[in-house]
Amino acid sequence: MAADVHSKGVTWDTPNGNLAPVEHLPSSRSESPTPGLVEGTEPGGGEWVEEEVEEKEVEEKEVVEKTEEQQRGRAEGEGSVNEPKREVQAVVREKEEDVTSDAWRLHKKHVFVFSEAGKPIYTRYGSEEALSTTMGVMMALVSFVEADKNVILSIHADGFRVVFLRKSPLVLVCVSRSDQSDSELWRELHYVYYQILSLLTLPQLQRVFQQRQSFDLRRLLAGSERVTAGLLRLLETDAGLMLNATMSLPLCSTTRNNVCTSLQIASSKNLVFSILLAGNRLVALIRKKEQHLHHTDLHLLSNLAASSSSFRQGEGWTPVCLPKFNSSGFFHAHISYLEQDSDLCLILVSTDREDFFNLSDCKQRFLERLKKRNAYQALQEALHSPTYPVSQVGIPELWHFVYKSKSSGLYTSPELPVPYHTEEQQDRLMELYQHLHSRLHHPTRPLRSIYRSTNTENLLAWSTSGFELYLCFSPLATKALAMSAVTKLLKWIRKEEDRLFILNSLTY
Amino acid sequence: MTSRGNARTSGNLPQTKICQFKLVLLGDMAVGKSSLVLRFVKGQFDEFQETTIGAAFLAQSVCLDDTTVKFEIWDTAGQERYHSLAPMYYRGAQAAIVVFDITKPETFERAKAWVKELQRQASPNIVIALAGNKSDLADKRLVEYEEAQTYAEDTGLLFMETSAKTAMNVNELFLAIAKKMPKTDTQNPTHAARHRGVNLQDPDAQSTRSCCGN
Ligand SMILES: Nc1nc2c(ncn2[C@@H]2O[C@H](COP(=O)(O)OP(=O)(O)OP(=O)(O)O)[C@@H](O)[C@H]2O)c(=O)[nH]1
Ligand SMILES: [Mg+2]
Repeated sequence: MAADVHSKGVTWDTPNGNLAPVEHLPSSRSESPTPGLVEGTEPGGGEWVEEEVEEKEVEEKEVVEKTEEQQRGRAEGEGSVNEPKREVQAVVREKEEDVTSDAWRLHKKHVFVFSEAGKPIYTRYGSEEALSTTMGVMMALVSFVEADKNVILSIHADGFRVVFLRKSPLVLVCVSRSDQSDSELWRELHYVYYQILSLLTLPQLQRVFQQRQSFDLRRLLAGSERVTAGLLRLLETDAGLMLNATMSLPLCSTTRNNVCTSLQIASSKNLVFSILLAGNRLVALIRKKEQHLHHTDLHLLSNLAASSSSFRQGEGWTPVCLPKFNSSGFFHAHISYLEQDSDLCLILVSTDREDFFNLSDCKQRFLERLKKRNAYQALQEALHSPTYPVSQVGIPELWHFVYKSKSSGLYTSPELPVPYHTEEQQDRLMELYQHLHSRLHHPTRPLRSIYRSTNTENLLAWSTSGFELYLCFSPLATKALAMSAVTKLLKWIRKEEDRLFILNSLTY
Repeated sequence: MTSRGNARTSGNLPQTKICQFKLVLLGDMAVGKSSLVLRFVKGQFDEFQETTIGAAFLAQSVCLDDTTVKFEIWDTAGQERYHSLAPMYYRGAQAAIVVFDITKPETFERAKAWVKELQRQASPNIVIALAGNKSDLADKRLVEYEEAQTYAEDTGLLFMETSAKTAMNVNELFLAIAKKMPKTDTQNPTHAARHRGVNLQDPDAQSTRSCCGN
């Protein structure tokens, strides 16, 4: 067992954190959403062809093994991902799991959170009580290394990665059998940390442990298990959390403009953000002047809204900290669905905890205006096809892609085609993308593009100053074909961009 | 949370009086607050009712003789981290339902603590009802009916055992509360304004208590 021990100073942060801060960014052409695309599609602008392209053959065996592991690990979680009833049961079941069983050991990714006193705070599988010795040992390891003024970052052993994140007064640990890199796992642990902050704020977290080192934080986090479980699942399924971006709902520009202006007009003095979501897809975002919503905060908000059916039954009103915006204070969020059975969730974020009825009125005004302008109907119709088939692009060998526009912090992706219709296959594809992502963003040897060929698919990833692109082709496609497909795809995206993205960033 | 500025009235018959009241539900996690509200407002029950985050607002009206009583209901979360927010919801409330689970004695103790807090800090005229929920789970009962009944009598509370699952006593509980409400017509704007005035002049309204201990 080789411990990967380095000195302190490694930070994780997001370079393009803010959503739609168009006028906030340096106004160079490649940084604004449209020009970023223009450069890549201009004839002769194919700078990427000259770049170092790394090829890597992956043995089929590796892939097969992984799939089997996934099946074993997930046997219980099969079936529809989105059905809330099953999810509730799943969370309960995961908590009751026997931590001495093989099934427990075989989970692909464990997440543990404990205090500096070694007291358990959270485990993804099994109960915290049953794992207090395990977490005690982990804390001992952390302290042992810190005694020498060092910090433990990760341990690689026997097909496992144990990654540590030190965020005083907490320690977060991920034990993973996936082939995600350390930095991918750190990113995920950061999300779990921010999730905890979003419920408590940093000062409150620090205060309870200052008052009593042995404080049992589970008391204050009780009832948030579903929120965390949802977040961990989102990390495995939504490319946006990997890309530091949010998916936008494809919408014709007339409807989008109607929705955006209706939301913009329905404002109130203390409103900071108005966010309209369809599932985890962003439909519209209005913000206060000079204020920017970080994609991490948006993912936390959208996950929170998806975590409780109580937002469907009534209008929700809850304090929430947006840790990337300000980890030391609470905002107050009005969370509700536009109609009981609608997928459209409106989140209104205010600075005033007495603002509920003002925001409730904002929602009514927004809805009335939408209906009056017939935009509501159009929006509902757009929800019937929240995504698009990749065949629209017109490249037969192209199975799937993920395109992130760096300046807007938004990404677009078609629906997953037949080979990826099972949860296992979807997870596998996400892992492939994550692998490419960690190669592009390698801390010491970053790549600008990478081509990877396997027996099941061929993959190409490419990062420029304006966008980041991941493509998945049929295994029959060639590298040359992949190259020409990129040009065609970029043209297509450019043609469709006002439908695929939210191009203007509106303030109240 | 101060009341809504204007009473939203639907097309009721002109002779019907409309009264609007703020009602808050308090109690430990998972005792069935949301389930009771859902049963009362929508006539539904969900075996897998998910925990409330923060608080949820719902409205429902009941008819009493010549009066329509409109409840503006705050269904609060039982999770401890939201406790410091509770005053915002019970401040200015005319009624409160404190809920416990008859199969969990510790939730009865928690209910008593809520009653104490309400009697000390909520408006003096607040009508408090105690609900021993999950009465359908009689074989797992750990809080005796008589014990809760005696406590409620001594403390001056309405008391009923309810089941959000079977609907037993749910509407009855809300009706019993409605009957105890003063019937001032809040449809009339001047009345409504005066009504709100009470809340705004509440000394508690000015003392900004910290949110979530922050
Ligand atoms: N058998 C039975 N179960 C009930 C009854 N009422 C609620 N439940 C169940 O108890 C659980 C918790 O109910 P909730 O309504 O969410 O409880 P709550 O008080 O709102 O909980 P928090 O929002 O966490 O504070 C759910 O699984 C409900 O289905 C009841 O009358 N009988
Ligand atoms: Mg509830």
